[in-house]
Amino acid sequence: MARIRLDHIRHAYTPELARAGNFALNNIDTAFEDGGAYALLGPSGCGKTTLLNIISGLLTPSEGHVYFDRTDVTLLTPEARNIAQVFQFPVIYDTMTVAENLAFPLKNRKVEAREIERRVADMLKRIGLADKAGRKARGLTADEKQKISLGRGLVRSDVNAILFDEPLTVIDPHMKWQLRSELKQLHREFEMTMVYVTHDQTEALTFADKVVVMYDGEVVQIGTPEELFERPQHTFVGYFIGSPGMNVLPCRIEGGEAIVAGERVALPGHSGERRSEKTELGIRPEFVGVVERGQPGAMPVTIEKVEDIGSERIVRARLGGERVTAIVREGASVPGDAAVTFDPNALNLYENSRLVARSGGAA
Amino acid sequence: MLELKSVGKSVGGETHIRDVSLELTRGSLNVLLGPTLSGKTSLMRLMAGLDAPTSGTIVMDGKDVTGVPVRQRNVAMVYQQFINYPALTVYENIASPLRIQKRPKAEIDEKVRKAAALMKLTDFLDRTPLNLSGGQQQRTALARALVKDAELVLLDEPLANLDYKLREELREELPKLFAETGAIFVYATTEPHEALLLGGRTATLSEGRITQFGETAEVYREPRDIVTARTFSDPPLNILPVEKRDEEFHGREGLRFRASDGQRSLPDGSYKIGIRPHHLSFGTSEASDGLAHLDAVIAISEVTGSQSFIHADRGENRIVALVHGVRRVEPGDRIQLSFDPANCLVFGEDGQTAAAATRPLAA
Amino acid sequence: MEKTWNNKAWFFVTPVLVLVAISAVIPLMTVVNYAFQDTFGNNAFFWAGTSWFEEVLTSERFHSALVRNLIFSGIILAIEVPLGILVALAMPRKGFWVPVCLVLMALPLLIPWNVVGTIWQVFARTDIGLLGATVSGLGIDYNYVQNPLDAWITVVVMDVWHWTSLVVLLCYAGLVSIPDAYYQAAKIDGASRWAVFRYIQLPKMGRVLLIAVLLRFMDSFMIYTEPFVVTGGGPGNSTTFLSIDLVKLAIGQFNLGEAAAMSLIYFLIILTLSYVFYTVMTNVGVEKPQKGGDA
Repeated sequence: MARIRLDHIRHAYTPELARAGNFALNNIDTAFEDGGAYALLGPSGCGKTTLLNIISGLLTPSEGHVYFDRTDVTLLTPEARNIAQVFQFPVIYDTMTVAENLAFPLKNRKVEAREIERRVADMLKRIGLADKAGRKARGLTADEKQKISLGRGLVRSDVNAILFDEPLTVIDPHMKWQLRSELKQLHREFEMTMVYVTHDQTEALTFADKVVVMYDGEVVQIGTPEELFERPQHTFVGYFIGSPGMNVLPCRIEGGEAIVAGERVALPGHSGERRSEKTELGIRPEFVGVVERGQPGAMPVTIEKVEDIGSERIVRARLGGERVTAIVREGASVPGDAAVTFDPNALNLYENSRLVARSGGAA
Repeated sequence: MLELKSVGKSVGGETHIRDVSLELTRGSLNVLLGPTLSGKTSLMRLMAGLDAPTSGTIVMDGKDVTGVPVRQRNVAMVYQQFINYPALTVYENIASPLRIQKRPKAEIDEKVRKAAALMKLTDFLDRTPLNLSGGQQQRTALARALVKDAELVLLDEPLANLDYKLREELREELPKLFAETGAIFVYATTEPHEALLLGGRTATLSEGRITQFGETAEVYREPRDIVTARTFSDPPLNILPVEKRDEEFHGREGLRFRASDGQRSLPDGSYKIGIRPHHLSFGTSEASDGLAHLDAVIAISEVTGSQSFIHADRGENRIVALVHGVRRVEPGDRIQLSFDPANCLVFGEDGQTAAAATRPLAA
Repeated sequence: MEKTWNNKAWFFVTPVLVLVAISAVIPLMTVVNYAFQDTFGNNAFFWAGTSWFEEVLTSERFHSALVRNLIFSGIILAIEVPLGILVALAMPRKGFWVPVCLVLMALPLLIPWNVVGTIWQVFARTDIGLLGATVSGLGIDYNYVQNPLDAWITVVVMDVWHWTSLVVLLCYAGLVSIPDAYYQAAKIDGASRWAVFRYIQLPKMGRVLLIAVLLRFMDSFMIYTEPFVVTGGGPGNSTTFLSIDLVKLAIGQFNLGEAAAMSLIYFLIILTLSYVFYTVMTNVGVEKPQKGGDA
């Protein structure tokens, strides 16, 4: 197990791209603590898989260094780094049985036969495949195969880290739940450093202690799920995390109030004038209330659509020219002549897309 | 209108579709919801005429089309994989069905530009599909299906390979776009959440059988049996065995609660109750009489920002609760989860629904 | 998968059926006809029963030719399949050299059989051939016209040169279809080069290898042109394979009945052996795909 440090990493896939300043990763400088569960989250093309491959050693970065604890591993092979990786599509050795698949990495490392047997038996139990130990791996379902890939990583008790590259892509929703919570349980048991790449915010937030949100080759925020939810440092994080994402409304600031589509929204604890090219007010749909018109502080809206998603309803409305989304709980009513209220403790103020002030706390 | 009358399909002794009867009306959006291998794709292939059913008939607008090959019918299909003509530009890709129909040039141009604008592809019309992102490629495929003016449009998990956020956006757009064309839309998905967001009507599939077909929200709220309820629940439905004696339900591990108004008339005996994860609350100290309580031991908790998933064990059973707010709980902690009996689904021994949730739905 | 019924299909299939009938079925029936009859010329045929078959099956000459064929196919498969796999493994997977290698590999396949024979006939001649002269010059007593072993070596080398690239191309196609993730996982699992070959590449090549073995077996078992051009079946009868013998019998001796019976037996042997190969290899190499359990 190890602390993974990424020291000013930049990467371009070809020297020509590098000369053109076209980097897939731009100045990544961060660290993953020993035993932590991390997620790299971002849309496709943001560089998250590139970063993962740099950590695993499948790619060598154009610039910068990778450290495992104090050792510089930048130029080491994946094998020498002693890491495990689970890929998007299950990689299994078709001709081997389930047990042989698990034993494979140990055999390659010349572990004693009795020790292999013990560890494999233990791992089979943990991943719930004990009754299929003698089956050929080829005939198993996708989630079972993915468990084998995972088991092959965990069976080497001394790995520095386990890396996951969108491991639940091919798994059915019902199994996703189970596998994800099993993964989390395994993380608690083994206390290994785990890095999980995904574009799915639910997977990222539920799996990780800390989520690294990436956008366009850069890290835009690293934080706990709560921090990302409550204090998105960048409007992209606000939009990307949460379903639906945060309402980002262009505004003007005047004397401690934000003016959004002609309506005044008080910004508690915020005084003074802000002047920048682009000022925006961010509020999550969860903190937008839908009420009858005429209530104090309520801003009248026209409702465009109400989507019933079972546990709650998503109200899509227009406030002046701006689109506002609100989430109301199951059973709550949505009035025909509606207005919205913003929870004063959940307002975030952005300048040029960066968080500058937050009601009810420092930015 | 497309009618399937007791349609069945078996291949080499294996039954893929059994006794499916469906009536799909023009201008409707129909969701086929079911896990992988439940028969969604097989059913769509039958609807399209790609395969002929082994039993039953398929009637389109009163005309028997059983066994009429797909080329002679006006059907459009979009798959999970992004399928476009790689050598043609986006413009030509979208125009291809119109060129086959030998439409006049001006009309083709108008339709292609309109569809491209709807799918936000106007800037990419001159590119070839391989130079586009996954989302743009799939939008090209969707635009092609849109211009075709097909009477039947089949979408087989079209968003499954796209980024989470992109899926969110397209999912919002799709029903609107398709409603305008007046065709019959069939949309297959494995995700209950997606079905709810799309709305329309939903048919739940399990092992090649349609277990229920009706308004999406209605199928979700009032499933006819336990299989439908399970298929239409994400996170998975919590199912607990109970005994009804007089006016009370008794379960394992000391579970005991009074039947709600709707459940009181049920005869005594064994039942299974289904509780949706978001109906379980946690730490509600307001000891309201109506609530039932479940003791459980926390196995794992996952935070998604605004909500927390709590996985807890009750003896052999694992239950999942989706609670609002961030709850940091430690594995091993004993907790009490509460639910309103009126929100329970009650199933008889045969799996049929004995009493649906009686909570009045908000207007 | 069942297909919907369509009468137009006949339009496409009929020409092929007619062609196959003319080119395959009718000649085959003629051969069957000859096999059961005898003639003394003048187009007067009479029924001979199974006597031709008995004669062929008991003839020493047929047996030795069959044994030669089996040994030849065995040697060819033993050399070309492993060699083909090795070359395919050594070929680059991406970059500038890929098309170059592919074209080089395809070159021998583009040359007609008889030309290959002629090339080698000249190439291996001790008096004027580059190879033959060089080998003789090195003091090795090599002469494919006189020495049976040398004749065999020449024919085998020629066939290996001509056909290994087919195995290479098929294996290469199998290799490039393996996703990168497999190699990466193997690297991470610490697998040796051998283990990667044994557990990833070989299983994934299973299907194409099956095709390669079948093609090479059938072709080598039917070998005719090369030995005919180079050695003419000699020295003595040492390179007289079934096909050469058959031609000698039919055209040289004009023994049509026996030749017809022999060609039918020859045909059945190839059919049976190919079937055996196919069954054995599908059971060993390629397992039946199972349906993915509990969904």
